[in-house]
Amino acid sequence: MGFEQFGFVSYVSQAKIGEFTEYLINNRLMGTKCKKCGKVYFPPRGDCTSCLGEEIEWVEIKGEGKLVTYTQVNFAPTGFQEDVPYILALGQLNSGQHVFARFSKDVLLEQMKIGMAIQLVPCKIDEERVIYEFQMP
Amino acid sequence: MTARVAIIGVGQSSFGKRPNSSIRDLTFEAFHEAIEDTKNLGRKDIDASLVATAAGYDKQRSPAAVIAEYLELNPQPTFLTEAACASSTVALRTAWSFVKSGLHDVVAVIGYQKMTDMTSDAIQEVMGRAGDVMFESPFGTSMPAYYAMFARAHMDAYGTTEEDLAKVSVKNHYYSQFNPKAMFQKEFTLEKVLSTRVIASPLKSLDCCANADGASCLIVANESKAKKFAEQPVWIKGLGLGSTPMSLASRNPPFTGFESALEAARQAYTMAGVMPEDIDVAEVHDCFTIAELIAYGDLGFCKREDSPKMIRDEETHLGGRIPVNIDGGLLSKGHPVGATGGSQIRTLVHQLRGEGGKVQVDGAKVALGHNVGGIGMYTNVTILEA
Ligand SMILES: CC(C)(COP(=O)(O)OP(=O)(O)OC[C@H]1O[C@@H](n2cnc3c(N)ncnc32)[C@H](O)[C@@H]1OP(=O)(O)O)[C@@H](O)C(=O)NCCC(=O)NCCS
Ligand SMILES: [Zn+2]
Repeated sequence: MGFEQFGFVSYVSQAKIGEFTEYLINNRLMGTKCKKCGKVYFPPRGDCTSCLGEEIEWVEIKGEGKLVTYTQVNFAPTGFQEDVPYILALGQLNSGQHVFARFSKDVLLEQMKIGMAIQLVPCKIDEERVIYEFQMP
Repeated sequence: MTARVAIIGVGQSSFGKRPNSSIRDLTFEAFHEAIEDTKNLGRKDIDASLVATAAGYDKQRSPAAVIAEYLELNPQPTFLTEAACASSTVALRTAWSFVKSGLHDVVAVIGYQKMTDMTSDAIQEVMGRAGDVMFESPFGTSMPAYYAMFARAHMDAYGTTEEDLAKVSVKNHYYSQFNPKAMFQKEFTLEKVLSTRVIASPLKSLDCCANADGASCLIVANESKAKKFAEQPVWIKGLGLGSTPMSLASRNPPFTGFESALEAARQAYTMAGVMPEDIDVAEVHDCFTIAELIAYGDLGFCKREDSPKMIRDEETHLGGRIPVNIDGGLLSKGHPVGATGGSQIRTLVHQLRGEGGKVQVDGAKVALGHNVGGIGMYTNVTILEA
């Protein structure tokens, strides 16, 4: 199985980190860790692009972090129009990595405040598709 | 310094909805104006052509071949240069290297985009894929949404307001009245800009450039050819090109500037031996109002946090410290992606030749062009001298 189940619409079907979507289906938020230098990637990477190490292991990611910036999209690209309005956000996990994701639909634009605490969680879109989203902790 | 490189001819098509024009018609229009702009340059005097466009809007693959055919530039070398919205100035940089190295004497840079036979949402889907398709596009990204995230961060960090953003739109639309090639040639009030519908908060419709059809052409030559084929060559003094990771998540905060632009500006100022305060007139990549404020900071026109003050104090209006986008900018000219950089350079060349008409900056000697690809993945800075 590959990567085609990731996202509201997916554009990539095959990738070294294809297992990532399986973890998400099982409600697990996983990143990759380089066995050589210890760097942890989220979203995961199939190789360590920092030290060029090729051996990685899957590690659990705690999704706690804070909001860096956001927007509410009212005009969506083709394929996403039925979802408007939706909030796109950039967060920073407490472990350091930045993550791009949507906010859960039950969070309102008025509640957004840069710097506020957020929680990244795996989320099922439908029977087939998975993704992760930000929620209020 | 004998090995100077000049721009000897500039041209562009009208930008906007061009329902009766194919990519051939558009590029012909720009090329024709550029040839007429030189002093008797013939087709055989052009040693190579570089075609600039972003893929995915029209169906023609490998377009350099068809453009060179239509403009009768065979059998000279031709190929495509792509750097999203910065394609045509990256092609200009390539042309400079060809001429500077002595490989070619005269090179034509032809940028184009045909967009308006697609709907705005289909275009945004194509543009959204100029972000990381693995971990960002699957969420429903678009260029307005990305820039909106920068706008939000800018507002949070520096107290920039929606009025400040709207003022950029008002300024650029005001100058568009004097640009017969612009898509929109009329003024908008601040209230009007603020009342347009929200596309991606806080950006509204008139905070965004419009998709357009259009082409531009720049003819680049070495010094001896420049003296032969131009009344008034304009010299390329400085060039800079930088890059930034495509994914927002791989970048460093604050999200109020582009590392690519800082790097490009540093290179260009160093090469030209000038400072931001030496710039008499500038064209910056205002694909969105926020992008112009970001550019002021990245180019060192002011400190990043002072960019809203710069627009409030009208320092970038005609008569201000550094007039910016006095041809209307992308906000009113429209943004036919692959043609935009060439159109900016055309405006600056006119300014340096004293042909700016109603928007001429008195005594303009040094000009700067800033052309951004996508959400700052590429930034090209060009410094020109009369
Ligand atoms: C903002 C956007 C979504 C609006 O698209 P749209 O809803 O299809 O808008 P339309 O083209 O139908 O325009 C609506 C009206 O506003 C006007 N308008 C749109 N943009 C305008 C602008 N920049 N200046 C002046 N008028 C503008 C149109 O002429 C039209 O007027 P009309 O109703 O009198 O005909 C679209 O222009 C867009 O995606 N822009 C961004 C392009 C982009 O991302 N470029 C790459 C940058 S990196
Ligand atoms: Zn490593």
